[in-house]
Amino acid sequence: MKKGLLQEVQVLLKKELLLEWRQRYAFNGMLLYVGSSIVVCYMSFGVRSGALQPITWNALFWIIMLFTAVNAVAKSFMQEREGRQLYLYTLASPQGIILAKILYNILLMVLLTSIGLLFYAIVLGNPLEDISLFALSILLAAFSFSTTFTLISGIAAKAGNSSVLMAILGFPVIIPTLLMVIRMAKNAIDGLDWSASQDEIVTLLAINAIIVVVSFMLFPYLWRS
Amino acid sequence: MLAVVLLTYTIIGGLLMEVPRLAILNETIRAMYFHVPMWFGMILLLVVSVTYSVKYLGSGKIQHDTIAVEFAYAGILFGVLGILTGMVWAKFTWGAYWSSDPKQNAAAIGLLIYFAYIVLRNSLEDEQQKARISAVYNIFAFAALIPLLFILPRLTDSLHPGNGGNPGFNAYDLDSNLRMVFYPAIIGWTLLGVWFASLRIRIRAIKLRLEELEY
Repeated sequence: MKKGLLQEVQVLLKKELLLEWRQRYAFNGMLLYVGSSIVVCYMSFGVRSGALQPITWNALFWIIMLFTAVNAVAKSFMQEREGRQLYLYTLASPQGIILAKILYNILLMVLLTSIGLLFYAIVLGNPLEDISLFALSILLAAFSFSTTFTLISGIAAKAGNSSVLMAILGFPVIIPTLLMVIRMAKNAIDGLDWSASQDEIVTLLAINAIIVVVSFMLFPYLWRS
Repeated sequence: MLAVVLLTYTIIGGLLMEVPRLAILNETIRAMYFHVPMWFGMILLLVVSVTYSVKYLGSGKIQHDTIAVEFAYAGILFGVLGILTGMVWAKFTWGAYWSSDPKQNAAAIGLLIYFAYIVLRNSLEDEQQKARISAVYNIFAFAALIPLLFILPRLTDSLHPGNGGNPGFNAYDLDSNLRMVFYPAIIGWTLLGVWFASLRIRIRAIKLRLEELEY
């Protein structure tokens, strides 16, 4: 059973990636979304590169990423039509599907956040002292965003594809993790020692573990309806 | 009935009996009989709610869903009251209704989660689907709420009693006088919540019965 599940996840993940490749416009759309939100922020702050306070820089970056994540992950269940979902339902186990979606969303978010950071740093300056710690926080953030939002998007999709619902269901749930990530990223900006962020890393991992397990157990019920 | 007795005792005892003098808190320690039990009550009611959500997913009985929802409503009511009483207390102790204390923020987020739960429920038409999806969200939200309430506030400094060297809710500060009112207060408020919820559950059951009779 365990091996079967792993294989299933692999196949489903491949299917998601293939689907994404065939519908490149969706990914390009997300990239453009990140890009234009950064430009909007840049223009509305009206600052020259590097003139933002690190704390504002940090908060702004993560807020942009939060909105990107909501939109990017929201489509994981919404882009598929009823018929295809029904077809998938007959083929794969719900556990396999949710794990594959989560994994796929992690990849997507890591990619989007990294490209976003690159662009953001070029436009708004780069106060980062410790790149590797920041990279770790991006990884953990991608992990948290996708674990949380994947199940939420499943719920929102069942309730009539409302993106408002996606936001109101998702935001309160993500706030604690987001705060952790922001604090960790701030440590990276200030170039603090890694041990200063240890609490955040451990807590984030623990929260994520809880959420993955809960999603894993709950998704079959959602899928069935 | 027991709730009424206990609450009467709480109100009279809570307002008139001798309380220990502690730095910073002084007389406002009496908030402990009203504010603190709100949170205890809320957590207990929400735990009941989640338990019945789990049961609903297992059994598919609509009664379980009703119980889960009504306990969630009662929990939300206590949460709102908890925040309000906390704000009144904060106004007199910290000088502002809202001072962005980690505990206040955590409480606000917790309420947002459960408001979202209500909106989600009302946005679904089909009864079965409504019950199932909101049960899923209820469990999910509760799992996300636990780190929020118990882990996060401990990582940051807070002005809230019990944190950062402020006297508050722990074994050394609670003397037996305080306890004589405090424990009945918790039980009393919680029972009141249970009573609210059970009233509404019964009303729902009657409505369901009436609908069935009409057909």
